Amino acid sequence: MAFSAVVRDSYQADIEGIKAAGLFKEERFIHSPQSSEIEVQFPVGAAMRKCINICANNYLGLSSHPEVVAAAHAGLDVRGYGMSSVRFICGTQDIHRELEMRLTAFLGTEDTLLFPSCMDANAGFFEACLTDKDVMIADRLVHASIVDGMRLCKAMQDTFKHSDMGHLEEKLQEHQDKRFRMIITDGVFSMDGDMAKLDKMVELAEKYNAMVFLDDSHATGFIGTTGRGTHEHCGVFGKIDVITTTLGKALGGASGGCVSGRRELVEMCRQRARPYLFSNSVPPVIVAGALKVLDLINATTERRDKLEWNALYWRGLLREAGFDVKEGDTPIVPVMLYDAKLAQEFARDLFEEGVYAVGFFFPVVPKGQARIRTQLSAAHQKHHLDTAIEAFRKVGEKHHILGLGRKELMAMCVG
Amino acid sequence: MDEISKVVRDYVIREYVPEGDDREVNETTPLISSGLVDSFSMVSLLRFLEKKYAIHIPEADATPEAFDTVERIAALVRRFQKAEVGSV
Repeated sequence: MAFSAVVRDSYQADIEGIKAAGLFKEERFIHSPQSSEIEVQFPVGAAMRKCINICANNYLGLSSHPEVVAAAHAGLDVRGYGMSSVRFICGTQDIHRELEMRLTAFLGTEDTLLFPSCMDANAGFFEACLTDKDVMIADRLVHASIVDGMRLCKAMQDTFKHSDMGHLEEKLQEHQDKRFRMIITDGVFSMDGDMAKLDKMVELAEKYNAMVFLDDSHATGFIGTTGRGTHEHCGVFGKIDVITTTLGKALGGASGGCVSGRRELVEMCRQRARPYLFSNSVPPVIVAGALKVLDLINATTERRDKLEWNALYWRGLLREAGFDVKEGDTPIVPVMLYDAKLAQEFARDLFEEGVYAVGFFFPVVPKGQARIRTQLSAAHQKHHLDTAIEAFRKVGEKHHILGLGRKELMAMCVG
Repeated sequence: MDEISKVVRDYVIREYVPEGDDREVNETTPLISSGLVDSFSMVSLLRFLEKKYAIHIPEADATPEAFDTVERIAALVRRFQKAEVGSV
């Protein structure tokens, strides 16, 4: 069928619908390396603006670290640009396996398999490892990629109320007739910045004979005293059956992800996970960079310690200024505005003041829960945060929201 | 509120309303369009209804619109109860 006027009109109507609903997403062009300070042009043709970046997943500030960049250069020279193959045909180099073994040691698991992204790891894992005899019991706020992965799997799906261990226990009791039970959770929840109660989950898993699946993308490298992740923080290191995580956030921020866990589960992914089987290997340049990242974070906890300090300091600044901040102790600090339109205007005004942050609203977060999600980095210096809070304060004053509590802010909601 | 609506409402409160949330759920409270229940978590409600009332609700009928209020869910259950009886 040709791309006729009727077809075009139909898609244009859909796009207009997205715009009318206030859900249209636009990219802003960054003309500098990823960092705590970036140069942004928005809209196209506008003057270049220097901004403090407070919305990247660059938790450890390693995205443009000179040693990581140098290692990536060296990897490019020694192992080339691309593999032109999936892993099992002719796409596995020595450094792919080296990175898998280093990640296994870092995460405290039995084996690891690289995927093109953590989205792919989550999309491929469940179908590869579970059947219609099994049940998947997921926290209701797990990442969208887990939801997609679960939908591709024939095992029964169930969910429990966010972080409600009583509800999880009821579900585990209900599904005792299944062959395998798998509890599924994020380590740090990306929109709220809170942590899973992994210690309790492991306890329930032992009591009800279940496995635990953890997506630790927003934790690997910095949560826990040596940055191993949520399982280290919760005292259950070595007790998680499956961990999926990403190289695209704290671990250099390029791309790539993995499934790491029990040897047999990882092997099932190697044999059956479709995103692994049918997409190219992670490029050598990224593997080489990631190996250097692991060197850096194994050598010292300085960066995760600084990140922890930054997050604490930033939370304090926001509270002192009179913002409604979600409780938590991670570098994801959501500033609650509740109203979708306000969140968009607030982000736009922050940009005018030299702070790059993004408003999140339905369907990314529940209706009436719009927010600015701020994310800290070890690359932020104190002066960045002191400057950023002045911008937040100024924009907060403009919208008359400083000092208002949840109920008062919610009463102002129009969308 | 009839018996089916009461059962559905009680399940919705128990299954979906977060602890400490004192929101009221009545027959016409929007469930899906308000974000209380989403397509991901709706599966357990569907399974509960099928088990409780020994009915089968086909995927095509388990739409977000049909599940948006207790009233509509109860109507759906009644419809398929009749269908089950009719098919005996």
